[in-house]
Amino acid sequence: MGTNRINKDRRKFFQTSAALIGGTLAFSIIKPLELLAQSKNEVAKDEKTEQPLWGMGVDIEKCIGCGKCVEACKLENNVPREPFYFRTWIEQYTVKKDGDVKIESPNGGIGGLKQSVPDEDIFKSFMVPKLCNHCTDAPCVQACPVGATYISPDGVVLVDETYCIGCSYCIQACPYGARFMNPVTKVADKCTFCYHRISKGLEPACVEVCPTDARIFGNLRDKKSDLVAFMQKHPTEVLKRHLNTSPRVFYNGLSSEVR
Amino acid sequence: MNTNKRKRELVTEFSPMIEKPHPMLKLWILVLSVIIAIGLYAFYLQFTQGHQITGMRDNVVWGVYIINFIFFVGLSYSGAFISGILHFFNTPWKSSVTRIVEIITVLSIIVGPIFILLCIGRLDRLYYLFMYPRIQSPITWDIIAIITDLVGCFIYLFLTFVPDFAILRDTPDLKVPNWRKKLYRFLAINYRDTDSQRQRLHKITRIMSKMVIAMAIVAYTVLAWIFSLTLQPGWNSTIFAPDFIFSGLYSGVGVIIIIMFLIRKYFKLEKYIVQSHFVMAGIVLLVLSLLFGYFTFSDYFAKWFSHKPADINLLNTLFGRYFWQFILANYIGVLVPLFILSIKKIRTIKSITFAAVVAVLGLWLNRYLIVVPTLETPYVPIQDTRPEYLHYTATWIEWALSFAGVAAFILFFLLIMRLVPIISISETIQHERGQNSKQDESYNY
Repeated sequence: MGTNRINKDRRKFFQTSAALIGGTLAFSIIKPLELLAQSKNEVAKDEKTEQPLWGMGVDIEKCIGCGKCVEACKLENNVPREPFYFRTWIEQYTVKKDGDVKIESPNGGIGGLKQSVPDEDIFKSFMVPKLCNHCTDAPCVQACPVGATYISPDGVVLVDETYCIGCSYCIQACPYGARFMNPVTKVADKCTFCYHRISKGLEPACVEVCPTDARIFGNLRDKKSDLVAFMQKHPTEVLKRHLNTSPRVFYNGLSSEVR
Repeated sequence: MNTNKRKRELVTEFSPMIEKPHPMLKLWILVLSVIIAIGLYAFYLQFTQGHQITGMRDNVVWGVYIINFIFFVGLSYSGAFISGILHFFNTPWKSSVTRIVEIITVLSIIVGPIFILLCIGRLDRLYYLFMYPRIQSPITWDIIAIITDLVGCFIYLFLTFVPDFAILRDTPDLKVPNWRKKLYRFLAINYRDTDSQRQRLHKITRIMSKMVIAMAIVAYTVLAWIFSLTLQPGWNSTIFAPDFIFSGLYSGVGVIIIIMFLIRKYFKLEKYIVQSHFVMAGIVLLVLSLLFGYFTFSDYFAKWFSHKPADINLLNTLFGRYFWQFILANYIGVLVPLFILSIKKIRTIKSITFAAVVAVLGLWLNRYLIVVPTLETPYVPIQDTRPEYLHYTATWIEWALSFAGVAAFILFFLLIMRLVPIISISETIQHERGQNSKQDESYNY
């Protein structure tokens, strides 16, 4: 009798636990797929509701490397003043006559970039402003273990600094080097397209301050916006297309030397 | 009665620390505690001032901590794997080694994850990992895998301990304080070594030994995926998971040999841990050094031959700035053990231990070369030219915490040895019983 009862109990225990484990397993397999289906639906819905999809155009041919955008960004977004912490920065590319490429970005370009290569050695030189590319398939969003990094409905990749645990995994996941650890908050930090400004109808600080209109900000869904016009008039390219991240920052005049 | 007498003999022989601590034990505990205390102070500094007092910067966001993490988890994984294999095939010489292997497994899975916590910038928000986990992030997979592995290893280790706890409980003249007698009684979970109990325990241990192998492979594969699923040059490679599996085993067997050597030497167990154990482990190490060398070679060869710009940058860093480290890790660390272990004449206990030391150090360096140079050569050109941002050098904080981790490992090992026999008594008795009458083999299958 006694063993019988124990056996029954045991069988029941195993049945319940198997059901629980199996259920959890099935749920954990189905749940992510559900998310995938949802995100596609969301995009379709957004298009109907005419929600903006923010993007930026960068005209390398117009950039003069004055560094005003970097300075404005630091002031606007409270980016630490020491060099190296940048939400946006400018790289100076100098192709020498012997084929070497020199890439410099002292202090991110604040105070203006100066040429360090003697004139007679230069084949060509140009400036490339860089920032977060706000990828449609962002590797950083994929990597975040707590969901502190997310893509807003209007297409901006943001970091919720109250959720971020500072594991640095997104910083490594980003192939564009756009993220950094903020030494004050100790969490990941990056360009937000000045989300606090664009949600009020203003332009990002770097765009507003640019003296040559090398940065164009706008709504990719609005066919009459400056950005769409810029993309129609110029042959634009994104950085590292082969990584399949589908960025929303488009460059005109992108030379093959740019990394 | 004869068995009982033998049990008492073995209790004294196998647990040199249970009744009376080794004369040096107090000194060791003191030294190790000081090292751990320094580590804790370093941790306090890091917690209050942030990661800026470590060598980790925006490019190299992961440093020595993550390398120690891979190393310790690899140790644990390989311990689980080896012990599982030994139990599964019921290897005749396993009883002298399995206990050591199992202790290594559990201790390193406790020490290892501490290091990944140190990489986190906001430790105060650690619980967010459990409150708001997102299943698509490899880090979440890793947390699930490691916690499962930890629990599985604990259960497995406990199961293998139960018969010995029972023997200790049933040894009335054991000179230990009362609380420890109570502890043994509690931990023995009423195991009386009857036939049915023994059979049942054997069955469970066999099931767990299989599960532990599977869990360990999953945990270590997921750990390799943390790297290989990102787009970084040098990491985004399909070979990472199998490479991690074999290199983990390589370091694990190395550490087992070193600990076997030390225990044999300091606790006079020459009768039970014999040269053939070292030779067996040495041959396993030999095979693993070949496999590890093969995987490493084919990884770097493919990178060099396919000539992608980012990979070439990485190789330039490896063969430029890290030339000597590269030679030490991937040539000396593979070829020296290979050379020592493949020549039968020089395969002595000392030389095998030396080969193991070289293998373990080489492997740690190899992990360093996987993590740091990749982060130093990202896709984008580095914006500022300040050298401390370009190149990673670990600060004393990181070294202090690393050594504290190793010290904690050794300290726990010593304390466990104070509590349990270092060679499984029950298995030795069963083995001897099996030799007396071959009938008992029926238990094993």
